[in-house]
Amino acid sequence: DRSNLNSQLEHLQSKYVGTGHADTSKFEWGVNQARDSYASYIGHHPMLSYFALAENESIARVKYNITEKMVQPCGPPAERRE
Amino acid sequence: MFLYNLTLQAPNAINQAILGNFSGTKQQELIVSHVSRIELLRPDTTVGKVHSILSHEVFGVIRSLAAFRLTGASKDYIVIGSDSGRIVILEYNPTKNVFEKVHQETFGKSGCRRIVPGQYLAVDPKGRAVMIGSMEKQKLVYILNRDIAARLTIGSPLEAHKSHTIVQHITGVDVGFENPIFACLEVDYSEADQDPTGEAFKETEKMLTYYELDLGLNHVVRKWSEAVDRKANLLVSVPGGSDGPSGVLVCSENYVTYKHIGSATLTVPIPRRENPLENKDRGLLIVSGVVHKMKNSFFLLLQSEEGDLYKVTVDHTGDTVNDIKIKYFDTVPVAAGLCILRSGFLFVASEFGNHHFYHFEELGDDSDTPEYSSSDFMSNDGEPLDIRVYFKPRPLKNLLLVDELTSMSPLTDAKVMNLADEDTPQIYALCGRGSRSTMRILRHGLEVTELAVSPLPANPTAVWTTRLKADDLYDQYIIVSFSNATLVLSIGETVEEVTDTGFLATTPTIAVQQLGQDALLQIYPQGIRHIRANRQVTEWRAPGGKSIVRAATNQQQVVIALTGGELVYFEVDDSENLSESHVRREMSGNVTCLSIQPLPVGRKRVRFLAVGCDDNTVRILSLAASSCLEPLSMQALSAVPESLVMIDMPDQISEGSLTTLYLNIGLQNGVLLRTVLDQTAGLLSDTRTRFLGARAVRLFELNMAGNPAVLALSSRPWLSYQLQSRIHLNPLSYEALEYAASFTSEQCPEGVVAISGNALKIFTIEKFGQVFNETAIPLKYTPRHFIVNPIHKTIAVIETEHSTYSAQEKKRALDGLGLEDATEHEELDPVIFGNTRSMPGKWASLIRVLSPLNGETSFTLELENNEAAFSIAVLNFAVEPSELFLAVGTAADLTLAPKSISSGFIHIYKFVNEGTALELVHKTAVDEIPYALLHFQGRLLAGIGRALRIYDLGKRKLLRKCENRNIPNAIVTLHNQGGRIVIGDVQESVHYASYIPADNKIVIFADDKMSRWMTCSTMIDYDTVAGGDKFGNFFVDRLPQKLSREIDEDEAGSKSVGKGYLHGAAHKVDMVAHYHVGDILTSMAKTSFVAGGRELILYTTLMGGIGIFVPFQTREDIDFFQTLEMHMRNEMPPLAGRDHLSYRGYHVPVKGTVDGDICEQYNLLTGDKKRMIAEELDRSPAEIQKKIEDMRIRAI
Repeated sequence: DRSNLNSQLEHLQSKYVGTGHADTSKFEWGVNQARDSYASYIGHHPMLSYFALAENESIARVKYNITEKMVQPCGPPAERRE
Repeated sequence: MFLYNLTLQAPNAINQAILGNFSGTKQQELIVSHVSRIELLRPDTTVGKVHSILSHEVFGVIRSLAAFRLTGASKDYIVIGSDSGRIVILEYNPTKNVFEKVHQETFGKSGCRRIVPGQYLAVDPKGRAVMIGSMEKQKLVYILNRDIAARLTIGSPLEAHKSHTIVQHITGVDVGFENPIFACLEVDYSEADQDPTGEAFKETEKMLTYYELDLGLNHVVRKWSEAVDRKANLLVSVPGGSDGPSGVLVCSENYVTYKHIGSATLTVPIPRRENPLENKDRGLLIVSGVVHKMKNSFFLLLQSEEGDLYKVTVDHTGDTVNDIKIKYFDTVPVAAGLCILRSGFLFVASEFGNHHFYHFEELGDDSDTPEYSSSDFMSNDGEPLDIRVYFKPRPLKNLLLVDELTSMSPLTDAKVMNLADEDTPQIYALCGRGSRSTMRILRHGLEVTELAVSPLPANPTAVWTTRLKADDLYDQYIIVSFSNATLVLSIGETVEEVTDTGFLATTPTIAVQQLGQDALLQIYPQGIRHIRANRQVTEWRAPGGKSIVRAATNQQQVVIALTGGELVYFEVDDSENLSESHVRREMSGNVTCLSIQPLPVGRKRVRFLAVGCDDNTVRILSLAASSCLEPLSMQALSAVPESLVMIDMPDQISEGSLTTLYLNIGLQNGVLLRTVLDQTAGLLSDTRTRFLGARAVRLFELNMAGNPAVLALSSRPWLSYQLQSRIHLNPLSYEALEYAASFTSEQCPEGVVAISGNALKIFTIEKFGQVFNETAIPLKYTPRHFIVNPIHKTIAVIETEHSTYSAQEKKRALDGLGLEDATEHEELDPVIFGNTRSMPGKWASLIRVLSPLNGETSFTLELENNEAAFSIAVLNFAVEPSELFLAVGTAADLTLAPKSISSGFIHIYKFVNEGTALELVHKTAVDEIPYALLHFQGRLLAGIGRALRIYDLGKRKLLRKCENRNIPNAIVTLHNQGGRIVIGDVQESVHYASYIPADNKIVIFADDKMSRWMTCSTMIDYDTVAGGDKFGNFFVDRLPQKLSREIDEDEAGSKSVGKGYLHGAAHKVDMVAHYHVGDILTSMAKTSFVAGGRELILYTTLMGGIGIFVPFQTREDIDFFQTLEMHMRNEMPPLAGRDHLSYRGYHVPVKGTVDGDICEQYNLLTGDKKRMIAEELDRSPAEIQKKIEDMRIRAI
């Protein structure tokens, strides 16, 4: 039941964003990691305060910046080689 | 080692604040979240004060809060979005003063994850549904309703997911009673992720999407989606239904836009501050917004990231919006939450620093502030024009500050020291950001507000206050007794002496009492004077050869003790006469103190009398008519009792009765005992002991915070009072007092009158529950670190602030613009309006020397050339032993990301003028930022990036003597004992190194097995280090003893160097303890709080919390508290739905630590659960409570 295993994996991948697969590229891996980290920073208020303190910005501004970075955290993807 | 964690002061920064009628009364209340703690605040709108009613630790991360009310109901519920993967609905129960969990629905994994909802919460304004969303993809909608019994029900979740979508904000749109709509600000990244050219990313749009909950179909649909400004960050909903036009305000950088289905888009620019030094490229964000609905109108207050409030009004006819208008309102601290109360108050939960409570004086309807309207800024084709508009900032005009709530956040550094030579050490803490920064000196003790001090002709021995009639609301007389006279003062507009009172003035007084309906009683050594309202006096004379030594009274009963230990009892009879009982009793020794139970309202007689004798005993005697002065029980004491007070305190210890009767015993050796007196048999049990000070303890009954309390006077005053179902015993931050009495007047309902020397003092205590009271010294820029000059006891602080004009730079820039320094914009108070913002990469930094005793700054030095100070150390050099030096590590032209500097520097200063000023010796350039400096064996040890160096003092600069470059990233902390150095790396935990003098080298011989992002650390002993990291973890690492010995014996260093292991040092340290505190630790120290008390680790956190780790001393204690903790986890699962064990083991499983905060929640359990746990532990509930209390008392 290899197909069953595959379908289970696909189910996981669709349910949990960022679940890896055999062909995960370095870019995808990095992007997922960055988005996960940014989401965690935003969730933990002390962390946002810490950044805000270092940058001398308001917490709302730091949160805005980080959320914006989540859209494309590692720059555009590399050209796909066939 | 096994540690017990206790919070001494909970973090007081607020990340969420909501308003509602949580008690179900007309009174509006606030609920704020301090990340892991939820607190109910009740504003007292008559006096304009905010009181904390309930504060509860939830052992989880509260990320969002919302209040909702079912249609037609009068009570608000609280929804919590947290890191628990659950949605929790709480209800506040005002009678029990607790939060009750109404619903808890699980929807995902725990933790602050990208796709698990909890970050955003939005409620339908009519309370029919709630949406809980995550940063990406998932949004769930729960339908709220009520069942037949009018209980709240919650439906199963409806999904409104959209994958590949980042969410900026969610809010509920006010649509009246149509289907609920939630507005989301979203960005779809799916195309940008696939496009290597980057074109798709540029074209990515931010969408405002309406999700409609179809109540008929039980289904959520995407109703409408429209592109908005790419830089939008916040949505504020506009009242709808019968109150307004509905829709949302989309706040983006520089603009506020009104949007709604089928409505025109209206945009208005956000007015900016007039400032010649303005950075025109920098956008202006709105950080928070609040709507205020009045009878027939509404307005919105929006706040910019500079702290400026704007009043926004929406001009509409029916559902059509014609215009939106924006106008500068006032400037307040930047808020994490704004709440407008119907009674005309504004609560500003500051993101940093104290929270403010304002009263609305005006609503900004004046015409001299310019108002900008959207119709002036729209071009013909409906596109907004790119125009900047300005306003002139001014001091508060519409708002008046009425109250402040302390917040120490951000707390960047702290030390515990006794610089002022007081009984207990003080905590010196650097708090705040920018121009609102302070150094706060915290003293353990309640804050006392002194109302009056008046000198008396001689040193009085005692003081009382009394009413004239039983139904008087306020005290009428203050009676002061001297060694040979008595003085009566009447309380009115002023306090004046009166003579025609019937009191005998030529004798000292033993006791004063308002007796029966309208009589007064004066007890003096030779007798008792019973003074009727018509000044008729009845005297009772002491028998010949004997005199009265002690007396105890209430409104109906009087007991006196004669010399030799004879007790005489009197009662007020039906004709209001004082009649002597036929029973007398001879005690075994001389009576040293007496106390009679306070008389409950409506009762004629109480049953118990406590008598303390000089044979070290306290006896309980009965006052019942049938067994008058019969002994009931006895307690032996360690010393002669000095004073007794019996009070009734409401609490949960004894089930059934609402109050517990406590007997407080003050001993001559300075110990206070508190014993429960059983109300049926008069037996004494459950004694709590505490040493208060060197002097004999005198006790006085008071009324504090609405409940009876006991004031205990020893070498300092203490107050035992009840707050949130726990009895607290805290010292007062006040001088030693001799005698005290409660004082009630119209201006001061709960005061105290006391004597100290020859002065009569009247004071009140307001901030109950705040065990530290603070003195603040203002600073200029964000403080980073400080050190204490150990000889002269002065403090040197470094303050460094990013993207800010330093004083010199500002002057230069203004000169460049041709403006004089004294132009009108200089009038702005930086404490309110902030320091002038410059470009990123520009720094303002200074070194300050101040005296902790008077709080005065004696010296400041602003750094020039864009240098920023990051580290500081005090040291002396072996080459110049007579001088004391200060080393400051700086970076020039630092940019934060990507990090770069033009050069690092180490400045060496010399302390001059008794340590009150500094003199530059020289400045040495280094290649990286020196983040850590330390005095090391007469030289300077500096952590400069990844290099650890030893410097010696030279004539022109520092001389590099020794270097080790094997630290992975950057050194942030340094400690040493002897030749051992402990290095903290910014990312790679601690490293142990030893300095080998023979070879003049530093060898790293051990490091940690795991990586940690260190923020602070301290050496607990030669082998052990405790530290904290950026994720809120606390840990203790220890070098194995055998290894430690071998390293020290190995002088050549061959063993130490060893062979590297796994790209690290040859040896590894063991982890002894690990614990998730939940907040970033900023300082840590091994210290002891009570003189000669137990040593403990004190830590401070970024959000302003102070906590301790106390080591357990016996194995039994460890077992006891571990079992108790386990039971507490089961019986009292955390309110936000997070599992306690997994919260404390957020990143690494808990090790070697017991959470005292959850153990202390034992007091909040119901009696049944208390007994159940107690049975499991083979103890009684009282014993468990005593053990929990003892842990806290022994520490502080």
